[in-house]
Amino acid sequence: MNHSNNRRNFMATTVQSIGLTALSGMLWSGYTDSVKASPLVLRPPGALPEADFLTACIKCGLCAEACQNRDTNVDKETGKQREGTLKMAKGGDALLIGTPYFIPTDVPCYMCEDIPCVPVCPSGALDMKSLLNEKEELDINKSSMGLAIVHKESCIAFWGIQCDACYRACPLLDEAITLEYQKNDRTGKHAFLLPIVHDNVCTGCGLCEQACVTEKPAIFVLPNKVAKGKAGDHYVKGWDAKDQERVKDAKSQINTTEISKQDSTDYLNSEEF
Amino acid sequence: MKNIKYLLLRRTTQIGILFFYFAANAFGWHVLEGTFGTSFLFQTIPLADPYTTLQVLSTGFVLGADVLLGAAIITLFYFVVGGRAFCSWVCPINMVTDLANWTRRKLHLDKEEVNYRFLKRSARYWIMVLGILVSAVVGVASFEVFSPITIMQRGIVFGFGMGGAVVVAIFLFDLFGVKNGWCGHLCPLGATYSIIGSKSLIRVKHNHENCTNCMDCKVVCPENQVLHMINKESISVTNGECTNCGRCIDVCNDDALAFNIRKL
Repeated sequence: MNHSNNRRNFMATTVQSIGLTALSGMLWSGYTDSVKASPLVLRPPGALPEADFLTACIKCGLCAEACQNRDTNVDKETGKQREGTLKMAKGGDALLIGTPYFIPTDVPCYMCEDIPCVPVCPSGALDMKSLLNEKEELDINKSSMGLAIVHKESCIAFWGIQCDACYRACPLLDEAITLEYQKNDRTGKHAFLLPIVHDNVCTGCGLCEQACVTEKPAIFVLPNKVAKGKAGDHYVKGWDAKDQERVKDAKSQINTTEISKQDSTDYLNSEEF
Repeated sequence: MKNIKYLLLRRTTQIGILFFYFAANAFGWHVLEGTFGTSFLFQTIPLADPYTTLQVLSTGFVLGADVLLGAAIITLFYFVVGGRAFCSWVCPINMVTDLANWTRRKLHLDKEEVNYRFLKRSARYWIMVLGILVSAVVGVASFEVFSPITIMQRGIVFGFGMGGAVVVAIFLFDLFGVKNGWCGHLCPLGATYSIIGSKSLIRVKHNHENCTNCMDCKVVCPENQVLHMINKESISVTNGECTNCGRCIDVCNDDALAFNIRKL
């Protein structure tokens, strides 16, 4: 009797243990999966695509420390050290805790030429190779942290007021943001100087967002995945020889639908209702 | 007066290490940079947490050589030197749970160790395995999402934010919930180090001849199942769950416990 009781207890404990392990595994997975879903975040230069970055980042903070303690991070007037660009996500930031990010309106990325934050990354979450130019040198202009977007309705340049703060602040002056001249029909004698962002040049450093004079910036950096649309592979630029390459092996396929001999008005009489 | 030699040594080590990590960010010192996830000693020697490294590797991501080398160095160090010495000599959460434990004794909440059916000291090993599995499934190092250890360390280096709540929660759990609840039952990092250091050289040795059976050592020991030989046999504490904290040596008035090198 005692023997079978023992066995029953053992079985019950085993089943309960497995059940509880499965339960905690599910809760744990659910929680982990939900905290990694935070698309509105700007990562350091050279960061892998967001999903891969979250996997790879070991949350050591070496990038943030390198950013904070770089030689150039000194206030020119006071000679004191400034706050670094990169922050480490804390509890309550609604980001995967311990991962580096930046908020341009607090401190934008100053695009240091030697890129101190990237070579120190031990895990490979910040990919140095993605920042090498043709000469195999580190080139911060290769980085793509995000894309600046102009909200026309709140941008005072679109109202006709002269402002080129973002254009002047851009480290890739007259390349990432250009000014487009347009006639101001309202006054008839002035020009609009409209800031236009070019997404193949813009690195997403956020200097424009910080420089913007409006109460809430009319130009702001969004992560590439959020900021960019996608036309889809089936759209081919017929006038672009390079784009044409994509479809050079395509076979032509003609679909024909048999045309009905009936008059279109006949169906009311012939069909059954 | 009770001896607090090892306690002082441990607190000095813990706070000293944390200070160097803090100074790396605050003053740009190059002694210990980074955090437990990966850090560099004097800008050259990489150090990495083996359990975090395992979590990331389980997702299928091939980590950089520095992290792998760092994890190997740390594993080798604790394999040789002293098992869970990380837990009692380095980990900042140890100060929180020690404080909870001390308060527990002062408030006399400590009378008996409750035997919970599903919260055994072996739970941490299951959590350790589960953490690796969850990391593999979700694709993110799963323990790092809420690990109070790195949250507290990053809190000290970069600022706490709401992360401080996790640390307070651990304190309250250990004080009013389960005795030695976090470090002794749940922490998968401690479980990892228990396994890594189960054969390590530095061990507490009991001298049965001197023991007066006062049981002071068992009262202060956070893992007192490892002290099963007290007043029974003159052998070393060989259980990997011993954190080598040396509190038992401190409180022993009979010279019956001492650190010793294990004979191979």
